[in-house]
Amino acid sequence: MNTIIKVKNISKSYSRGLLALDNVSLKVNQGKVLVIMGPSGSGKSTLIRTFNGLETFDAGEIDILGIKINSNYDERRIQKIRKRVGMVFQQFNLFPHLSILDNITLAPLNVQKRTRIDAEEFGMYLLNQMGISMHAGKYPSQLSGGEQQRVAIARALALKPELLLFDEPTSALDPERINEVLDVMRKLAQDGMTMVVVTHEINFAKDVSDQILFMDSGKVIETSTPDIFFSNAKHERSRKFLNQLDK
Amino acid sequence: MKGDKIIFFQIIIILLLICLFGFLINNLIINLIRTDLGFNFSWLLKPASFALAEHALPYSPSDSYAWALLIGWLNSLKVIFVSLFLSTILGIIIGLSRTGNNVLLKIISSFYITIIRQTPLLLQLMFWYFVGFLGLKNNFINFTNLLKINNQGIEFLGLSLTSEFSALIIGLSVFTSAFIAEVIRGGIISVPKGQWESFRSLGLSERNGLIRVIIPQALPAIIPGLTSQYLNLAKNSTLAIAIGYSDIYAINDTIINQTGRAIECFIILLLTFLILNLLITNLMETINKFINKKNFLY
Repeated sequence: MNTIIKVKNISKSYSRGLLALDNVSLKVNQGKVLVIMGPSGSGKSTLIRTFNGLETFDAGEIDILGIKINSNYDERRIQKIRKRVGMVFQQFNLFPHLSILDNITLAPLNVQKRTRIDAEEFGMYLLNQMGISMHAGKYPSQLSGGEQQRVAIARALALKPELLLFDEPTSALDPERINEVLDVMRKLAQDGMTMVVVTHEINFAKDVSDQILFMDSGKVIETSTPDIFFSNAKHERSRKFLNQLDK
Repeated sequence: MKGDKIIFFQIIIILLLICLFGFLINNLIINLIRTDLGFNFSWLLKPASFALAEHALPYSPSDSYAWALLIGWLNSLKVIFVSLFLSTILGIIIGLSRTGNNVLLKIISSFYITIIRQTPLLLQLMFWYFVGFLGLKNNFINFTNLLKINNQGIEFLGLSLTSEFSALIIGLSVFTSAFIAEVIRGGIISVPKGQWESFRSLGLSERNGLIRVIIPQALPAIIPGLTSQYLNLAKNSTLAIAIGYSDIYAINDTIINQTGRAIECFIILLLTFLILNLLITNLMETINKFINKKNFLY
């Protein structure tokens, strides 16, 4: 089985000597879903953002799809990774000045240099998959949060990525809108997409993930299968976190 | 009760303004009577009888004052539009350098902006003229006749610019560019950080992201600031008189000295500047509307 992500002992410190990431290692194989959980400030967002170079780190090495990056910020390699890895953000971060379809075709047109017809055809196909093709000509501000996040997923898929990163994709949504986004993500996982998801959605983690990585203060506290993690977590710290989530 | 009070004060203020205005008009009329000049514009057709070093259209001292004023305006417009263009280009480069990732460029551009913004424009114009150009040797730069820079000015591909004109456009462009750079920077940092992360994560290059994602969103914040810098530039161009460039203000000054027609001259100056600046404002508003229409709804 191909390894998509291999993280070896990465660390990152902030100027005040605080460790954002403390000797983190992990591995994700092709077609697997890794869910990262942990209290806020535990470094889970920082960790997922090192995978596509949005965040630098001070020590260790990351291997994404066979492209190795380390503490020297190698822009060419990071650019290569970004062309093959999609990312979805908590705040959607759609481009407000572009229509929904233009949001999706921007990267295929400018990064992959595809033809407009080709890019728009694939864009419409993706919007169809997300169930929002009727909004293609609208602007992001005209859509609900759940719809915007589905556009963001379509936009990330437009480059036909081999890995998708989700940084708290449902945290900014109204509760009744969360499932429409999670359903799309479930379907992606079923279709064999390799995914790393930072989330607090326990049900999603239970149903979809192959592994749970629990972090606290920049450290990996435990890595378990969802069965073990949710029924019989190895660490006191994990159990405490889960108890708090239940309340 | 409160509304009545406000209306009462407004009436008082309007009355005071009318009194002030009447007082000024009265002064004007008294002075016009005392100097025995009257108020008319017939002198405009008399020969100017002074020479002008720089003229875009044919001019000789036997031409009328009106013609001399027109030449002055053409000289001013030349300076304003060339400086407008150069300061915008320079401002964009410096503004982008200041927001970019390159540390050296960041330091240089901050230094540039600080120095230029904290010193008077008059001083800078003097510097460019007396130190920058008059201080040069005859053959400072002579690049196979394609580009010549010396104490006579700049000669570029057969286009020859006097040292006064060159110093003025360099001084005005450099000065205005520092302010434009800050306007650009302000516009760019007004775009949320998430937009940068978003285009980066899609594999877009910094240049592409700037052009397609950041700048379109920064423009609505940039245009109003840019407009006021362009208006300042137009008005600041009247400092040309300090280095002997015959712009509209300098020619007006000469005419006032010769004819004593200060009031008429100032009215001409006032109205023409008003028209020019209204044109600039309108043009920028049109651009702004176009941009906002294109990005409607956000």
